[in-house]
Amino acid sequence: MENEPIIEVRQVNKSFGKNHVLRDFSMDVNQGENLVILGKSGSGKSVLIKCIIRLIDADSGSIKVLGNEINGLDQEPLDDLRSKIGFLFQSNALYDSMTVRQNLEFPLRIHWTKEERLKNGYSAVMEALTDVGLAHTIDMMPSELSGGMRKRIALARALILRPKVILYDEPTTGLDPVTGREISELMVSVQKKYNATSVIISHDMNCIRITSNRVIMLIEGRNYADDTFENLKKSNDPKIKEFFT
Amino acid sequence: MNPLSTYIKESPFLKEIGEIALFTKRFFKEIAKPKQEYAEFLNQCFWIGYKSLILVGVTGFIMGLVLTIQSRPTLVEFGAESMLPSMVSVSLIREIAPVITALICAGKIGSGIGAELGSMRVTEQIDAMEVSGTNPFKYLVVTRVMAATLMLPVLSSLANAISLYGGYLGANIRGNVSWNLYWFQVFNVLNYGDVLPSLIKTFFFGFAIGIIGCYKGYYSQKGTEGVGRSATTAVIVASLLVFIIDLIAVQITDLLGLT
Ligand SMILES: Nc1ncnc2c1ncn2[C@@H]1O[C@H](COP(=O)(O)OP(=O)(O)O)[C@@H](O)[C@H]1O
Ligand SMILES: [Mg+2]
Repeated sequence: MENEPIIEVRQVNKSFGKNHVLRDFSMDVNQGENLVILGKSGSGKSVLIKCIIRLIDADSGSIKVLGNEINGLDQEPLDDLRSKIGFLFQSNALYDSMTVRQNLEFPLRIHWTKEERLKNGYSAVMEALTDVGLAHTIDMMPSELSGGMRKRIALARALILRPKVILYDEPTTGLDPVTGREISELMVSVQKKYNATSVIISHDMNCIRITSNRVIMLIEGRNYADDTFENLKKSNDPKIKEFFT
Repeated sequence: MNPLSTYIKESPFLKEIGEIALFTKRFFKEIAKPKQEYAEFLNQCFWIGYKSLILVGVTGFIMGLVLTIQSRPTLVEFGAESMLPSMVSVSLIREIAPVITALICAGKIGSGIGAELGSMRVTEQIDAMEVSGTNPFKYLVVTRVMAATLMLPVLSSLANAISLYGGYLGANIRGNVSWNLYWFQVFNVLNYGDVLPSLIKTFFFGFAIGIIGCYKGYYSQKGTEGVGRSATTAVIVASLLVFIIDLIAVQITDLLGLT
């Protein structure tokens, strides 16, 4: 159990009509690491992490998360497993009809009892907001916040259930370099505090350098290369090189 | 393959009807599952009902007023001016008030739901709900469809009442009908066969508006133009359905001899 990977993806295929996005994709993610998945836009990175949390069903292959084979899992154990996974959406996906507080409380309504919510809800929200440095925004609406603040709130919401695994979909895309760097550093500190395992989709070299322990390159639907950032940077393979120039 | 079956397979129109049918089937499946979202349902009743009150009220008033003013000359020509309140009230209650209310709501509620769920779809809010363990179909679709189904009869009844009042004012612009006489004539001519079928069909109007708005929004295409298209097509399809339901309702009332 100790050495078993937290996420184990084996021979996964996914097509949309004639568009074969993932082709026999396999990878392992180990306890406590920050794994970056690097690939061109439209290469299937979002499809891959959405398969991991089963927002998209893979056509074939196996995906194990925290020891559970997720394909064929019933709704209840699936929800249970999802409560251990935090997901940061590329578009943040903040509920724009709700305040920041209601956004953060939303995941609690299923996974906590009413008594727990009344007793500990507020302190959990405050702790998550403090982690991302935005405790003062608790009663604001998402539309009143800047892009970087929204990203932080979305991260706080992903952390509220203290997940063991955090999946990030392009966390710094669309942010200015300074804010992007702040978010990257925040991700590292969050990972330390919660002792979580992270899968990070990114093509922002600064973000990858700051956060990654290991990088997997998703090219033509396959796990094309799997190495540290430094080693990949030195590679002579033209398909890898074009990302680092 | 013969041309007809190719047509049936390829036709986007028939495909859409099939998808709407499946969506409706899913609605009934999900509503039967335990744990209802009562708070969100009441919230939606407030949005759908309360927020449309003024619009529906004003339209109802104008409908009654205009219909009465327009009908007077014809009745005068036939020397049947005293029939004005009876004639106007039957037209209003049986047909005009419920259908116009439904069309207004198809515009306001249908597009509102289509745009709201559409933007939730494209900004991944629906996915976020699913990931956090809340069934988005139950939370978003079931509550909105139920609220629309229950609020349309309420709004339509309000439009009925206000349009009759508009009719009273309309009748007094040129003629002279006392308050008591007007309402005596109205209630004298209206019976259950007029009121009940028209009330019952408004439930179906509301259901259709809710289902179409939710269907269009829930399966919205990516991008901002996708959201816009969801809202627009929701209004078009819902309005069309209102007329189709009305046509069916008339046939059924007719067959049952409730005329
Ligand atoms: N729900 C979907 N239906 C059809 N095609 C999709 C869907 N989601 C993604 N795709 C296609 O899959 C490919 C990979 O998409 P995605 O994973 O979003 O790329 P990215 O690597 O930029 O995150 C794209 O060609 C996209 O058009
Ligand atoms: Mg993506």
